[in-house]
Amino acid sequence: MTTATPMFDKILIANRGEIACRVMRTARRLGVQTVAVYSDADAQAMHVAMADEARHIGPAPAAESYLVAQRILEAAQASGAQAVHPGYGFLSENAHFARACAAAGIAFIGPPVPAIEAMGSKSAAKALMADAGVPLVPGYHGEDQSLDALAAAAEATGYPVLIKAALGGGGKGMRVVEKAADLEAAIAAAQRESASAFGDSRLLIERYLTRPRHVEIQVFADTQGNAIHLFERDCSIQRRHQKVVEEAPAPGLAPALRRRMGEAAVAAARAIGYVGAGTVEFLLDEDESFYFMEMNTRLQVEHPVTEMVTGQDLVEWQLRVAAGEPLPCGQDDLVLNGHAIEVRVYAENEDFMPSTGRLRHLRPPAEDAHVRVDTGVRQGDEVTIHYDPMIAKLIVWDRNRAGAIRRLRGALADYQIVGPASNLDFLANVAAHPAFAAGDLDTRFIDRHRGDLVPQRPPAGDRVLALAALDVLLRRAREAAVGARASNDPFAPWHQTSGWRLNDDNHHEIRFQDGGEPVVVTVHYRPRGFVFELPGGAMAVDGEIDGAGDLHADLDGARLTATVVRHGDDLAIMCDGRSHRVTLFDPAAHAGDQDLATGRLTAPMPGKVIAVRAAAGDRVAAGAPLLVLEAMKMEHTIAAPADGTVTAIHYAVGDQVEEGVELAEFEAE
Amino acid sequence: MTQYKSTIQTRSDDFKANAAAMEDLVADLRARVAEIKQGGGERARERHLKRGKLLPRDRIRQLLDVGSPFLELSQLAAWGMYSGDISSAGIITGIGRIRGQECMVVTNDATVKGGTYYGLTVKKHLRAQEIARENNLPCVYLVESGGANLPQQDEVFPDREHFGRIFYNQANLSAAGIPQIAVVHGSCTAGGAYVPAMSDESIIVKGQGTIFLGGPPLVKAATGEVVSAEDLGGGELHSRTSGVTDHLARDDAHALAIARRIVGNLNRVKRVGLDLREPREPAYDPHELYGVIPADIRKPYDVREVIARIVDASEFDEFKQLYGTTLVCGFAHIFGYPVGIVANNGILFSESALKGAHFVELCSQRGIPLIFLQNITGFMVGSKYEAGGIAKDGAKMVTAVACAKVPRFTVIVGGSFGAGNYSMCGRGYSPRLLWMWPNARISVMGGEQAAGVLSTVKRDAMEARGETWPAEEEAAFKKPILDQYEHQGHPYYASARLWDDGIIDPADTRMVLGLGISAALNAPVEKTTFGVFRM
Repeated sequence: MTTATPMFDKILIANRGEIACRVMRTARRLGVQTVAVYSDADAQAMHVAMADEARHIGPAPAAESYLVAQRILEAAQASGAQAVHPGYGFLSENAHFARACAAAGIAFIGPPVPAIEAMGSKSAAKALMADAGVPLVPGYHGEDQSLDALAAAAEATGYPVLIKAALGGGGKGMRVVEKAADLEAAIAAAQRESASAFGDSRLLIERYLTRPRHVEIQVFADTQGNAIHLFERDCSIQRRHQKVVEEAPAPGLAPALRRRMGEAAVAAARAIGYVGAGTVEFLLDEDESFYFMEMNTRLQVEHPVTEMVTGQDLVEWQLRVAAGEPLPCGQDDLVLNGHAIEVRVYAENEDFMPSTGRLRHLRPPAEDAHVRVDTGVRQGDEVTIHYDPMIAKLIVWDRNRAGAIRRLRGALADYQIVGPASNLDFLANVAAHPAFAAGDLDTRFIDRHRGDLVPQRPPAGDRVLALAALDVLLRRAREAAVGARASNDPFAPWHQTSGWRLNDDNHHEIRFQDGGEPVVVTVHYRPRGFVFELPGGAMAVDGEIDGAGDLHADLDGARLTATVVRHGDDLAIMCDGRSHRVTLFDPAAHAGDQDLATGRLTAPMPGKVIAVRAAAGDRVAAGAPLLVLEAMKMEHTIAAPADGTVTAIHYAVGDQVEEGVELAEFEAE
Repeated sequence: MTQYKSTIQTRSDDFKANAAAMEDLVADLRARVAEIKQGGGERARERHLKRGKLLPRDRIRQLLDVGSPFLELSQLAAWGMYSGDISSAGIITGIGRIRGQECMVVTNDATVKGGTYYGLTVKKHLRAQEIARENNLPCVYLVESGGANLPQQDEVFPDREHFGRIFYNQANLSAAGIPQIAVVHGSCTAGGAYVPAMSDESIIVKGQGTIFLGGPPLVKAATGEVVSAEDLGGGELHSRTSGVTDHLARDDAHALAIARRIVGNLNRVKRVGLDLREPREPAYDPHELYGVIPADIRKPYDVREVIARIVDASEFDEFKQLYGTTLVCGFAHIFGYPVGIVANNGILFSESALKGAHFVELCSQRGIPLIFLQNITGFMVGSKYEAGGIAKDGAKMVTAVACAKVPRFTVIVGGSFGAGNYSMCGRGYSPRLLWMWPNARISVMGGEQAAGVLSTVKRDAMEARGETWPAEEEAAFKKPILDQYEHQGHPYYASARLWDDGIIDPADTRMVLGLGISAALNAPVEKTTFGVFRM
């Protein structure tokens, strides 16, 4: 038995975003100093602000910063960090990096290099597991990557098959192929993705189970030969092969099966001499048979659900094990307590495509014993194209699954994000779905229920329009009050915004665009509040915006609180746990657009045509050169006044033209 | 300051009856205004809208800061005159706020006889310019007018205060540094062409606004040239070729947005030379004015009850409270602005006139705006008072009022008869703004008095001839006189002829005065020099 070395004094976190922050929280609690690394894009990021010190490691693209082992090691050495925590993704499962750390005398907080290597190639891992007696999905893990070999393997496995990157993870390079005809294209695409994501284009092929669940076992091993599991997580709800909802324990998993799977996972870990945190992923078939998929040799994104149901801090375990300490407890000390669910809050649109932009407004639900939010961004931060668009992980816990789902729905309803599109509504739909409540889960859950889950964008109802209009009015009133205070005549009734008219009531129209459709809210001013004419009828409306920016509204006597975030003319109205968007059309705000596209392009002075750059019928963009005149020894370019079509060019090169003659005709779009 | 303690019993039958009477008057006023706001009627409005144009009141709404007040002038102009349907004399004028700056807005209503100018249209336009001049308010003209109403030409064209004066004013207002901005929404023909042409900055709406001295028919008649209105004087021509306009707008809304931008760039600073206080609402609800004012105009009441429902916190510090008690003078605040209030509380005697003259001098000396609350049957008559020199004391007050250069505002809250009108800053004394309540009456004397004077003269003549005049014949003689005075003394009659700037709901008095004072602060207060006071 080796003697436990003391806990590190300082570690470097070779990651960004929420996981970097997550690791730092534990490190700080343990009194361990933290070093952040950051790219150009992350100079102001939350993980940088949180760390005790931070080191710049390169430009925004991950390939030039977070993936450059050399830069990170330099940062570690320069900062005097004794260990590197790789988080997940980036270099977390990169054996070269782990080796380089060792060579530099810096502890890699992760498994030994051979274990990473063993599991790094999915094909090799499966061969190893097969030898250790862990059940595998039928398939091909061979080295022969020729199209013929892969096609033959697919045929032998039986369609539908799943093609995966041998080194992959996270859904990249993964393809389901339903029939032989689609195979070649799928292989090519998978190879391309794999090569660009992992620098390796090798693929493997497996049978594609029709209703499998994704159930994974959290394992932990120390340097003293102890290996245990911390139960399972069900990560069946995935989109584009990426997990989006994870929970622990897996709904309806019999204790005996849990034990069998746990033992298989520990056996797998032992088979490769594993140390540290790892996850053994299984596909669980409807008949309770389970197949080894892969082992992730790192901390998983979804590790918090395990923490919530075991009461353990897995990052603390990682640090202790890496420092040479034994596991903090044994298998029998662990008990499952309650139920936890994690959802990944992504900046993405309804097609699950990443959405980027500044987080204009970000208000997560309040954290407490039931609600945990792991995030790496703050309001005002930007979601960029460079990195994973995850905004946060929302984790809830309760005594049982039904309670946890209730917490989840409540927390999602409180979550407010304005800026990039988010999947909050989608997650809320998942959380509210009867099949989810029933625990009727498998990896095709989202595909099957897509119609129910993908948020429909119904037109903003009267309530939403009323809130939007009220917010517009109250903000104007507040701006007027601010203007009044700054004015030399601060008390003038001219500052009032009640629409006062002599001997008459007054009204005005607020125009919105709602999903491309114009909607008008007619506002009638009343001594107290307003009466709005909405598409569905009249509504008496009053309210105020409080110091926190929340809108307290009274709609026909019904009180509610909403948040309206305004960015330019865009309003995001968050009420009843949903977010709606409308755009304000303010005719007074567009004085600048001088309309110049009039179809007349005349010579500004007498001169000679020296070039003709467009012909009749050409569609051109605003500013595109049409003709060039030479006059007074200067060249004058006649440019398209707007996007549109050239309908005629009246002169040719060499023609002399008089001032004011029409050179070309143009039709603006 | 001292808060006035009201003695009004708001639950009394009198109060309720008074309130009911005033409510009727206000309801009638609002109904008239609502009618007038329909402009030239449903068909004309629809035709206008079909051309993609905004109605004039919607133009104003879009021009002004959203939700800000609009102090409209002379809504009832031309009411009951001409063909009876020249709503607001075909022109909407008023003070409104654009980018935080109070401006005079003058808007033709093309739905009313094509926006052509009647005599009162001209008068109203000129009055708006006069208010702009006195208060140093930028002018924004939203133009869409066929020019002079040809059948009315003798009331529109030739005289000093006729059409030409509009452009004379534009030149001189501009010279005084008062911006002149025109938005051409429709046709500006002949004289009308000069409104944009005389402006400092002008905007024209493409495909909609035209400016020419002679329209296509006239051109064809004169020179044989056949040309479309658009080619003759459309937005493209004037913005690209002639330079008559400075900005080309896509549509009405765009034009108004440009006008707002122009006002935003005027670089004007309002310097408020008053000791402002945080405003407080009156302690007594202004709506109680309905019940305070007796339904019968002849019935006396304490005007302090009115003041208490207009001024901040109902606080009013009286001057010479024990002297000349038929005139109430004192200092108060309205929307935080210090004001001096001169209010009738009965017939004017020498002492009241002297007190009034003294108080007006005080306010002029101190630069405090003056508010006149008129409810006056006149000066006391009789040998004792003539001998006491009431004529010269009245003259002192008239002199003081006439010469005071501080902003003066008049509200006729009851009767406005005879020389009382003069000493209380009637129209002839050019108050910055003059308003009437719907219960007010204005004439050289009361109808009863006029009928009495005329019948006395007649009876004396008859009696000198030895004739007798039976009572019923005398009554029949007096009847048409009474009717005439009632008809011509009615506020609608007065307002139709622009003897005032509008009829207001008594409950709005505070607001209207507050807006007016604030607008007046745009102009520096000149130093007052009084004429000779006859001692």
